[in-house]
Amino acid sequence: MRATSTRERPTTGSWSLRVPALIGIAFVVVPLLALLARTDWPQLGTHLSSPVVGQSLRLSAVTTSATMVLVWLLGTPLAWLLARSDHPLTAWARAVITVPLVLPPVVGGVALLMAWGRRGVVGGPLEAWFGISVPFTTLAVVMAELFVALPFYVVSVEGAMRGLDRRVDQVAATLGAGPVRTFVHVVVPLVLPGIAAGSALAWARALGEFGATITFAGSFPGRTQTAPLGVYAALEQDPDAALALSVVMLAVSVLVLGGLRSRWLR
Amino acid sequence: MSGLRADLRVRRGEHVVEARLDAPAGVSALLGPNGSGKTTLLLALAGLLHAERARVEVAGRTWAGDGVDLPPARRSVGLVLADPVLFGHLSLLDNVAFGPRSRGMPRRAARARAQEELGRVGLGELLRRRPAQVSSGQAQRVALARALATDPDVLLLDEPLSALDPQTRSRTRADLATRLRAYPGVTLLTTHDPLDALTLADRLLFLEEGRVTQTGTPGEVVARPRTAYVASLVGLNLLTGTLVDQEGWAVALEADGARPAGRLVLAEAPEGAAAGEQVWASVNPAAVALFSQRPQTSARNLWLLRVESVTVTGQRARVHLTGDVDLVAEVTLGAVAELDVQRGRELWAAVKATEIHAYPA
Repeated sequence: MRATSTRERPTTGSWSLRVPALIGIAFVVVPLLALLARTDWPQLGTHLSSPVVGQSLRLSAVTTSATMVLVWLLGTPLAWLLARSDHPLTAWARAVITVPLVLPPVVGGVALLMAWGRRGVVGGPLEAWFGISVPFTTLAVVMAELFVALPFYVVSVEGAMRGLDRRVDQVAATLGAGPVRTFVHVVVPLVLPGIAAGSALAWARALGEFGATITFAGSFPGRTQTAPLGVYAALEQDPDAALALSVVMLAVSVLVLGGLRSRWLR
Repeated sequence: MSGLRADLRVRRGEHVVEARLDAPAGVSALLGPNGSGKTTLLLALAGLLHAERARVEVAGRTWAGDGVDLPPARRSVGLVLADPVLFGHLSLLDNVAFGPRSRGMPRRAARARAQEELGRVGLGELLRRRPAQVSSGQAQRVALARALATDPDVLLLDEPLSALDPQTRSRTRADLATRLRAYPGVTLLTTHDPLDALTLADRLLFLEEGRVTQTGTPGEVVARPRTAYVASLVGLNLLTGTLVDQEGWAVALEADGARPAGRLVLAEAPEGAAAGEQVWASVNPAAVALFSQRPQTSARNLWLLRVESVTVTGQRARVHLTGDVDLVAEVTLGAVAELDVQRGRELWAAVKATEIHAYPA
């Protein structure tokens, strides 16, 4: 059936508005098309099976998965406390958690180094007493990803949780559910769409992490060289592999965005 | 004892609720105008609001007071709000089973309990439905079943019918009345609909500006309202003054601002009151007769009053009059047309002495 709604005369019908809009779109689309145009499609499989590519993709899969587990375990309760607490420190906590959203990732990496490095505030004693060194390990990659991804998740999930009717958790409490049971069995299931959206944002951010990782974890193939670092490293010696890796990441990003739009966004 | 005894002081925003109440097993309706603190009181009893001072004893157990302040989950309480607030991700069965499960009942037993409770509110066929798939009236019955599935000592209903459309409301009111009769605990029901209170409750508690102003059975309250709010709720005029015995019994109304002192002539001496004492006098609006000319009447109370406003319900109109006394008269729509009742019009109002019911304050 054809829609028979009357068409309204647009209030945007001027080339003074259309031209900048089109330039803006083109600015984003042209590089993406160029990436696809220059990709060596027939040999894509070969490039993807090169050890550097496989290694970095695998490392990205492992580290971002570990990051997401930590994001869920730490971020979900944090978001709930921020959403419901009326403690005077809550506003401060909310401001602090959003700092990594606006902080240049390299600065985040430096900050992590100052905390966990060999002479760091926490890392120094850790090394001296237990002989544990965090920087330049796979663990450091996960920490760098967590640092930048957690705020995306917390901000998004907190928004969903604040939208949850307060009376829902009050009723759960009168039914005999303590704070933990209410959280696990009522709050989390009801904000699942928000959790999914926040997870996708956080995961995409973790996957693309570059600045904090290279500063805090370095770029050691197989240990700390994730896919974005792999692309950067390969660009000089093996541009085709770099392009192949880039296309994979583009495809994954588009899939995540598509999933988000269809399921959780209007 | 199986009742509830509470003495609370709760601050919420600008308002302070300071109430002492004593509710036996059975249904007590808590009535009051908007902002009188009814909801605040219920939430504080459930432990959901912090009280500045609280002493709550239920069935001989202390919920609050003496250094005790049980969290909501440990008070034996069921809460039903104006909106059902069901858990949208659970079936109706699991919504009702949530309480028993939370209190440690095994899954199978909790579901059996939930099924029984849903059956009692007539929803035994809809166990697998989601909250979004039932009507508002059904959802509210689920909320009631959910609140009762934990066998609470106290059931708190906060305007449980106010969000329903009129038809659903009367049906749900009947279901609610049936279910409440079988519930042995204390029910506190807030409402500002006198019909809810009179059909559901054994006892009425009036809350005004955070304080309990009158308690009693519906019969007692209707016979002897003690505040203007209570009187208007039960549809009566309420006047106060000093009882005098000068050429027959009368109530001397005090001068108030521009209003001169007046008199209400009574047919006989009110029971339990002596001359010089403060008394209430209630007048049924239907007993106030209106005339456009000074009438030839035997009625011993006659005033020339000004119409302030008119409200229509069904075939009757309530005419609010002001002047030497404030009175509401209830007349037919025909009389409204005939007397040309409109704001500012002056009319004669007559009340027979036998229609004035006076009682000690």
